[in-house]
Order: sequence, then C-alpha cells, then structure tokens
Amino acid sequence: MSDDDLQSCPPDPTRRKFLLTTGTSVAASLAAAYVPVLANSAPGESEPAPPGARPTVDGAVPITLRINGKDHQLRIDPRTTLLDCIRETVALTGTKKGCDHGQCGACTVHVNGRRVNSCLTLALMHDGEEITTIEGLATPDALHPMQAAFVAHDGYQCGYCTSGQIMSAVALLKEPCGPDDAAVKELMSGNICRCGAYPNIVAAIQQVRKNA
Amino acid sequence: MHTFEFSRPKDAAAAIAGTAEAKTAQQGADMRFIAGGTTLIDLMKLNVETPSRLVDINRLPLDQIETTPDGGLKIGATARNSDLAHHPAVLRSYPVLSQAILSGASAQLRNMATTAGNLLQRTRCVYFRDPAMPCNKREPGTGCPAITGSNRTLAILGTSEHCIATNPSDMCVALAALEATIHVQGSKGSRAIPIGDFHLLPGSTPNRETVLEPGDLITHVTLLPPVAGSKQVYLKLRDRASYEFALASAAVVVTIAGGKVTRARIALGGVGTKPWRSPEAEAVLIGKTAGAANFRNAAEMAMRNAKPQSENKFKIELAKRCLAHALQMAATS
Repeated sequence: MSDDDLQSCPPDPTRRKFLLTTGTSVAASLAAAYVPVLANSAPGESEPAPPGARPTVDGAVPITLRINGKDHQLRIDPRTTLLDCIRETVALTGTKKGCDHGQCGACTVHVNGRRVNSCLTLALMHDGEEITTIEGLATPDALHPMQAAFVAHDGYQCGYCTSGQIMSAVALLKEPCGPDDAAVKELMSGNICRCGAYPNIVAAIQQVRKNA
Repeated sequence: MHTFEFSRPKDAAAAIAGTAEAKTAQQGADMRFIAGGTTLIDLMKLNVETPSRLVDINRLPLDQIETTPDGGLKIGATARNSDLAHHPAVLRSYPVLSQAILSGASAQLRNMATTAGNLLQRTRCVYFRDPAMPCNKREPGTGCPAITGSNRTLAILGTSEHCIATNPSDMCVALAALEATIHVQGSKGSRAIPIGDFHLLPGSTPNRETVLEPGDLITHVTLLPPVAGSKQVYLKLRDRASYEFALASAAVVVTIAGGKVTRARIALGGVGTKPWRSPEAEAVLIGKTAGAANFRNAAEMAMRNAKPQSENKFKIELAKRCLAHALQMAATS
C-alpha cells in the first residue's frame, strides 16, 4: 500500500470503517473487470467505472428492497442472492457469507419477521418484503437484549457466525420452543459456530427468554 | 450460476403456460418453478441445475392449509414447512408429519422450504452434486461412481445398477405413511397422484425421479381424515443429533385394539431411492400382538430385499432397529 493510499483513509480509521472503505473499492474494481463479461459487450467497449460507482450489467432488473425500514431502489443481476445483494449492493456487511449453501447459518436474516438463509434465495424474489439484518436490530448505544446477552455471556470467539446466531436467536423468541436447553440447541442447530461457543450462546438465549 | 429469465405469473394458468414448452420437468429441465429455493438455488450454484427460465410461484395463492369437508387436510403447494409442522390440525391429527418435518433441515430452511419443493427434494449423493463427476442421474449414461465409491449414506432399497441415490426427504416418508395424494394441474388438466406413484424407482432412467411432465404444477397435497385412535411416530437416526439427513428413519401409523395391531402404515426414510412404504411389514403386523417380537419380525420383512453397498451394510440392521423401536414407541405412547 502506498503513502497516498494511507492518506486517503478516513480520519477516524476504525477497523470497521477501514474494511468497509477498502472493501468497497476492491469490490468496485473487481466489478469493473467483470462487467464486460456479464454485459456481453466487446472487450474495451465499456468505460472504466468511476471510483465508488455501482457496477451495472446488461439484463439487470429494477427492484425495491426494504431493508431495516429503508427502501433501496436497486438494479441487480437476476442471479444475485439476497445475501450478495445485502452485502455487495447495499453494502451492509454485518450479514456474513459462510458456506453459501444453506449449511452454516452465517447469512441468517429476517424476511417479514421470519429467519431465513439469505444465501439460498434470490434478491428479486423479495421485492417489497420487509428485510431485517443485524444492522437493523438495534443501535450501538442501545443494544437489542439478545446482543447484550451475547456480550454478557461471551457468546462468540472469532465473531464470524455471531450476526447469524443473533438473528436466529431473536427469531427463535417468537417461535414454538420448549423451555429447556435441549429445545434451544435443536432450534439453533442451523447456525454453526466453528469456535464452539455453543454453551455460552445457549446461556445468552436462555437469559433473554427468562427475562422476556 | 447460468443466466436465466425470471418471471412472476399472475395465476396458476399463466405459471403452467410459462413452463409447458419445457423439454422435460426432470433432471436437465430448462424451465423450473421456484418457491422456497432451498434445493434449486443450491443446485444452480453448483451448476447441477441450469434452467434458462425461472417461474416464481411464491405469490400465487397456494399456501393455505385447511381442513376438507370430509375431515381430511388440504395442504397448499407453497405452504412453508414450518407452518405445516406447527399447524394445529397437523399437531392434533397428523403428528407423524409434524415430527418428520421438524426432524429435517434447520429452522431457517423450514421457514423457506415448501410442501411441493420438499416433494421434489433432490438426493444428497456427492457424485450427483459434483458436475466434475460422472452420474447417471445428472448425465444419463455416464455411469455411477457411487457404486464403487463413497456410498455410506446411500440407498439399500430400490436401487439399480445405474443409481443408488437416497431420497433425502423426511416429510415424504410421513406423507407415504399417511397415504397422501398429490394434486397436479397441467396443460392437459388436473390429476390426483397417490404418493406411492409419484416418485419413480431409478431403474435405467435415474434422471426421471417423478411422474411430472413439463408444465405440471403441484397445487396441493391432501390427507385422508385421521384414523381414530391411531398412534403415530417418526423416528430418525443420523450421524448428528440435529440438522442432518437420515441414515435410517421410520414413519409409523398404527391402530392397536385389545393388544393387537388392527391397522398399520409403515414407511422408511434414508434407506430407499424413494420414500419407502413397506406393505410387507404392515401385513406382518395385522392381527398380531403389539409387542417386541412381532415388531422385529415386521422390521425383518421390511429389509428382506435390502441390497447393501460397500460402505452401508450397517444400514440394514440400523433400519430394522429404527422401525422396531418406532413401533414400540407408538405402541406405548
């Protein structure tokens, strides 16, 4: 990385802001390289994308996605999964991509209040539906009780599965679930934690259920 | 993932018209209905499914679950698995169906997966899921590497020299024991298909898994009125306690009077190339004492034609114990 690059970092270079900024520019440059292929146009025909520009593709379709209470007017490749749309198009990166095949739960979001694997559904199937991601659950100053309980019980280690775990756990509160730990484990089995924070995750969920 | 044209038809007729010109409704279909997407999107990412047209049926009014005038149940094609499993009528009269659904997948997947999609769930055979490998189901005539390869989880009933892929569904096993009927609307009209006739054995055409033809839209599934006093159990055995496909499972619906079995419906999962109803096991039980010895006899009969592969001989005894134990659970419930 050159000095120029370092100087272009935001004045408050938190890890999250730094990753978001660099992540976006990397995504934009990758997309710029990828667009001619998707657009089915001759090489060199398309102009390089200006910094920060959204990539456009031939065959893109307009949709309105309502995420965390805010409408996003988007044009997306029909193949875009809800997960990729949330992360790459809307740039809400709290939702994670793990296996990308519905086997790990890292991508869990709520659609109309119910938890789903966002990797196994197409964004354009959710035009007009109410989508909630981890960013929409609460604010950093006033955590959702489940987020606070995960902190209190140390319900994570590396943190990669955590947003999916919390989105699943919050949805579980409204689902039929027996009182004991075994019932919670069964209903949380779609969220894999490679670090093995399961006992603390179950404790966090049980605390929230008791206080509810 | 290959490119595709996406449409959202205004009604069932438009959905059917939108896919009626497809070359096949089976493996290699160029047009697909999409509902939950949990199988289809997964396989499209793997390039196992490469439809050029997707017809989204999620907004058609096919998601209702309602009791029928005769006291049975009508289950809409796009009713979500979670809604079906927790429906009061299912919990009350068809608990084996609720247990089977809740034993499968995860809470997230059950919120997405639909009745019709579950009927059309594809095998988890690793060779089928990997386009770099030969597979008679995916590409007819290329061979079946599973027969000499990784086959621990694959089928021991209904196999052929061309395919030993297991049907992975739990829901369908319960539907087989409940003798469900699948209702299909197509370009030539409507028809009702007993679940036993819906899935096909692989034979020499493992690429054909069901009797569906291009344009056929599953609209709903019906269940007969519940049998008064029947005991129902779904028992699933697997490598993990949760979120895993069955190595062996059993759905039993039995009626016991005066200590004797008067009616029995038995289906097995995890062991067959289709949801495996066992009329032989049922016949063994009728008029017999509801006890361990007869339950074991029924299990022996259910497995008498089992053909193990190099890695899954254990499934024969596992499936026998699974069925015998499920019957015991039902008898003592």
